[in-house]
Amino acid sequence: MSKTLFDKIWEKHIVQEIDGGPSVLYIDKHLIHEVTSPQAFAGLDKRGIKVFRPKQIVATADHNVPTLNQHLPIKEELSRLQVDALTKNCANHGIELYGLGHPYQGIVHVIGPELGITQPGMTIVCGDSHTSTHGAFGSIAFGIGTSEVEMVMATQCLLQSKPKLMRINVEGELNKGVVSKDIVLYIISLISASGATGYAVEFAGSAIRSLSMEARMTICNMSIEMGARCGLIAPDETTFSYINGREFAPKGEAWENKLAYWKTLFSDADAVFDTEINIDAKDIQPMITYGTNPGMGIGVSQHIPAINEVDTKEKASYEKALQYMGLQAGANIKGQKVDYVFIGSCTNSRIEDLRMVASFVQGKQKASDVEVWVVPGSKQVEAQAIAEGLDKVFETAGFQLRQPGCSACLGMNEDKIPAGKYCISTSNRNFEGRQGPNARTLLASPLTAAVAAITGEVGDVREFI
Amino acid sequence: MSKAIHTITSSVVPLHNENVDTDQIIPARFLKATSRDGFGKNLFRDWRYENDNEATPKKDFVLNNPIYSGSILVAGKNFGCGSSREHAAWAIKDADFDVVVSSFFADIFKNNALNNFLLPVVVSDEFLNKIFEAVEKDPATTLTVNLEQQSITINSTGASEQFDINNYKKTCLLNGFDDIDYLLNIKPAIEAFEIERI
Repeated sequence: MSKTLFDKIWEKHIVQEIDGGPSVLYIDKHLIHEVTSPQAFAGLDKRGIKVFRPKQIVATADHNVPTLNQHLPIKEELSRLQVDALTKNCANHGIELYGLGHPYQGIVHVIGPELGITQPGMTIVCGDSHTSTHGAFGSIAFGIGTSEVEMVMATQCLLQSKPKLMRINVEGELNKGVVSKDIVLYIISLISASGATGYAVEFAGSAIRSLSMEARMTICNMSIEMGARCGLIAPDETTFSYINGREFAPKGEAWENKLAYWKTLFSDADAVFDTEINIDAKDIQPMITYGTNPGMGIGVSQHIPAINEVDTKEKASYEKALQYMGLQAGANIKGQKVDYVFIGSCTNSRIEDLRMVASFVQGKQKASDVEVWVVPGSKQVEAQAIAEGLDKVFETAGFQLRQPGCSACLGMNEDKIPAGKYCISTSNRNFEGRQGPNARTLLASPLTAAVAAITGEVGDVREFI
Repeated sequence: MSKAIHTITSSVVPLHNENVDTDQIIPARFLKATSRDGFGKNLFRDWRYENDNEATPKKDFVLNNPIYSGSILVAGKNFGCGSSREHAAWAIKDADFDVVVSSFFADIFKNNALNNFLLPVVVSDEFLNKIFEAVEKDPATTLTVNLEQQSITINSTGASEQFDINNYKKTCLLNGFDDIDYLLNIKPAIEAFEIERI
């Protein structure tokens, strides 16, 4: 019988099925960080058990770490205690930790792929919803809660019900100035922030296949923003050449064996999906959000929907969102002043994102009343950016190149956007207060963010390139 | 810690908002604890207080309105979307809720709730509206949620609806078992699986 990519991976990881209930799913890789793991370790201690397979866990500190002066002790006491707890717990259970100061430290969803830990055909979990990022390699990767983190630590398994399957095909050539962030924001604006809840989503089609691994990661990263359990893309030559040679990638004969298996990981031609959506790449413009969930997005040159264009049932939340954002229904978003530009997060902080921004910014100056933070996704991205001289480009432009971490994406550390200020952000969520109490977030691609950094307002990148 | 759920009858706290994300339920800046306790006091923090100050509660927010109370939270569709933080379920449970009713839950939140003996009850849009209407008419309106029968009833009108829950989870909740107990019991099968797949 023909199978989907998801089915092929899922079936290989089923330990047991429970009658009328979930399946026992085996987990290959478990990534942990300081914020969602301490209570799981405490749970193990309470039960008097050790981590079952410590070699299948990798830890890093990313969510609450400062992005300045990382060589100094963390000033904020609670953050320091959380990072210290992670260090102690990892030592106690024999888990590899890439903590602050380590050359591999960084955002958990950036370091997994760049170290070759993330591989096709795997099941990967982490106590973070953006674990869906790793699906870009053709793996089943999803975010879990802390009780589930404890389950995986204790047994390397989870009880999971099989999600429904959706395929989203994006066919054709992308317009000028349109990058992968625009593709995913467009999809979410089309199907809404809950449009894929209950589904695993496979992204397919010629426009997806044409993307680099970094760009594919951006798309899978935001599958959770359409509610999906996970997102995945069939691995191909682009995937294999990205992985080949990385620190933890298989080598020699092991590589050949893995490669032969990975090449079987695709949805069969007549595989059936519960839902299928077809998108024409030429309909996608540079995108931006105007509201308080990632589904509230438009092309940067379009207007914010007028009240009469909004579904009656949605009106109340629509008006609440616009009031929070301080924006007018029916108005243009182009020309909207911004106060902050944040380039970073597990969505868009990889070397390719930084290169994209630098190539636009080269020789230009930031607008005088805008503060611009560039936060690389990892120590390796930071080192690469410096090696390529991108740090000089940013410095000359008046941008601040900070140190790796989740930073202003969720404002757990000091990197918060002040109340009422507008931030154009390459991150993934524009929820109320996400970047700081009463902060106003406009989600966009690194290119659109770069335009705002230079002009001080929302602009259409196509007018600049 | 965990306690079994059977039948709960309570007045309700109605939260009309849709797409309530976990950043609203518990903002990230309150996630810096290393234990599971005490998150309830920051539940809906930024909707609850003016300028992040407990001395200035926002009068129009439902948790600050003394006419609404009880252990059942009723909310608009797509409740619990966004971040996977289990702290959201902990905060709701810590604020003494045992049941959340909505017409649609985000996946990760639903699992987190179940793992903390906080029962997510999915009802139809129509039934959700009936609850909101009944509570608007009389804030003392009570609901009865019967897990064994998988039913939810508005006691003042007698309107009732069945809800879905998978049998395994139902058994866990009725008996106070959790997934870790189950998985630890099948460890030999997990070890056998590991050997077989090499």
